[in-house]
Amino acid sequence: MEMLTYLIPISLILGAVGLTAFIYTVRSGQYDDPEGDSRRILSDEWDDHPKP
Amino acid sequence: MTAELRPPSAAACPGCLAAPAQPVEEAPKDARIALSLPGIHCQACISTVERELAATPGVQSARVNLTLKRAMIEADPEMRAADLIPVLERAGYEAHELDAGTLQATQTDRTGRDLLMRLAVAGFASMNVMLLSVSVWSGATDATRDMFHWISAAITLPAIAFSAQPFFRNAWAALSVRRLNMDVPIVLAILLALVTSLWETSLSGDHAYFDAALTLTFFLLAGRYLDYRTRAVARSAAEELTALEVPRALRLTGDGAEEEVSVADLRIGDLIRVRPGGRMPVDGEITEGRSELDRSLLTGETVPVYAEPGFGVSAGEVNLTGPLTVRATAVGEDTSLHRIADLVAIAESGRSRYTSLADKAARLYAPGVHILSALSFVGWFLYTWDLRTALNIAAAVLIITCPCALGLAVPAVTTAASGRLFRKGMLIKHSTALERLAQVDTVVFDKTGTLTAGTPELTNMGDHTRADLEIALALAEGSSHPLSVALVKSAREAGLKPATVTDLAEVPGFGTEGTWRGRRVRLGRAAWVGAEQGARTAAWLSVGEGDPRPFHFSDTLRPGAAEAVAALRETGKEVLLISGDTAGAVEALALRLGIAKWVAEALPQDKAARIARMTEEGKKVLMVGDGLNDTAALAAAHVSISPASALDAARVASDIVLLGQDLTPIADACVTAQKATRRIRENFRIATVYNLIAVPLAVAGLATPLIAALAMSSSSITVSLNALRLR
Repeated sequence: MEMLTYLIPISLILGAVGLTAFIYTVRSGQYDDPEGDSRRILSDEWDDHPKP
Repeated sequence: MTAELRPPSAAACPGCLAAPAQPVEEAPKDARIALSLPGIHCQACISTVERELAATPGVQSARVNLTLKRAMIEADPEMRAADLIPVLERAGYEAHELDAGTLQATQTDRTGRDLLMRLAVAGFASMNVMLLSVSVWSGATDATRDMFHWISAAITLPAIAFSAQPFFRNAWAALSVRRLNMDVPIVLAILLALVTSLWETSLSGDHAYFDAALTLTFFLLAGRYLDYRTRAVARSAAEELTALEVPRALRLTGDGAEEEVSVADLRIGDLIRVRPGGRMPVDGEITEGRSELDRSLLTGETVPVYAEPGFGVSAGEVNLTGPLTVRATAVGEDTSLHRIADLVAIAESGRSRYTSLADKAARLYAPGVHILSALSFVGWFLYTWDLRTALNIAAAVLIITCPCALGLAVPAVTTAASGRLFRKGMLIKHSTALERLAQVDTVVFDKTGTLTAGTPELTNMGDHTRADLEIALALAEGSSHPLSVALVKSAREAGLKPATVTDLAEVPGFGTEGTWRGRRVRLGRAAWVGAEQGARTAAWLSVGEGDPRPFHFSDTLRPGAAEAVAALRETGKEVLLISGDTAGAVEALALRLGIAKWVAEALPQDKAARIARMTEEGKKVLMVGDGLNDTAALAAAHVSISPASALDAARVASDIVLLGQDLTPIADACVTAQKATRRIRENFRIATVYNLIAVPLAVAGLATPLIAALAMSSSSITVSLNALRLR
């Protein structure tokens, strides 16, 4: 049962990491143009140097 | 773990926002110019547009949003959209300017993001707590169970405090005006569940409802978010329509030069130049120039009226032939547009009496739940004299009856139905529009601009000799008047070549004249060529000998008008035609479409009054109209539709906007709306059945947190799946 002392915090931290990542994506506007983004990734135009 | 939390793809519509009072947060910073690009569809388009724009001197940066089909451009202050549109047109893309001021309100989506964030937190917390609860249900005892309960409490309390805020706020708003809404039982259930669970946990009891409180919040927030998204998508599309009309006017300065200003900056007494094809920005009086005015959007008349100095004009009229100078007598809110707004306000008071299905359900449901829960508390307390048992059972009753499925029943269906109609080209603006559309039994159409496309069509080409037609064609080509354009189109289609007419000159407000074989020839208004004006729209041709010959015109039907009327009649709806145009024109159209009842020469207040009378007779009226003269009628009707080409005021007054040219979706929409309402009722029934099964268990004290979780999740999922069948 001592195992729970590690496992529960670990599961909570992993969940919180996912939640933070999601909140970050929402805040940085990554859902503003899903259709455009899904196509931009196929272009090699800005591959060598990122778009300013 | 967050996989389930990803928003549905349409969070795409960033744009949808809410409180205009909030500080504005722009997409690319300082986006100054917004362009609508209806033609872009692929990666190559994005690259080309961005490259072309960036290569233009004065442009600092450009970003295309493919989902919204829009480009936001940051440029030097002196750059104008008019400089950039040709650049894109050369590259092969159609571009229209969007009014950045109107769009800025749509750029922030704070409410949407806020709801999404709360949904994410509720989802994260409920899954963690659910995992802990599973171990409790599968037999954890004593210290282990207590520890799990305490951890659950530690996660639940802050999560609820954050995620359930919208419910707390709504419930408080309702209670402070002494009313009950759906949120009151929700908040009561959540709070009671938390209190009893904490109490149980501190006494190391068996049952804690932390997972139920969180799952409840999660499902309800999902319903709210769906509901919000549907309305936001509609609002953003409606705002885009408004933003397409950039309100600019040409003001004459003291020394006679023209300057381009925003309509909002015009003052009474300003001299304004209105070019042919332009729309009057203000009410005023003509001081210079002669022309003809198209007043169809305001009055429904199709025949252009003659305008000369001293003639009064109203905002919204379209100048057809010659440039005019107008002295403003009323600007902004004082124009005739605003006078119509009073009529609209009176008419709208009737509509607000409609109660949505959700509200009706809430009205039955909210008191019922409270009474049931209170009764079981009192009953158990009298039976056992044990406060703890009684409170536990009361909480279980509240949680089990909590309107998870009810909260999802309406938004899930409306989202599915609105999405389906949007793909067909209809924009549902009002949240209860679908329910109201389903009840419609009478349909009233406006004529000009709604059933007809507003462009004339030559009807009597066979009556003329080839020589006359060729002269008329030559004269008509010298003018951009709509009748001339229609004449040219028909003659060209018949393979005619223009005769050789010299000295061609357009006389604004009258017509075109020229010299043909030494004779003066004229094409224009009846009085100008020496003929008697008849009841029908006509242009007259005089060739210097014999009587002038009339060219008659009728309005072309909008595509799908005949099909829409036929389909509506087939489903047993009564169809009426009410127009401000002359009796002859209205009767001809009514006969052509097989509409038995028609009214001509109706003033705006006549239209609204007639609809009010039909409503009093118990009919549910659907009004379809586009003009300013229809706005009051649109607002008075049970539900209303206007085409995208309508005036802004008409679009605002209507519940549904038709995006394409085609009218056929109207009949489909009625069918979809009826199906949607049927699904909503089914959903209510499903939710009730679940309650009927689970509530007796709860009242009898047999409900465990496991049963609560099962009943809640399965009813919510069934309801959502049932709604999806609509697609």
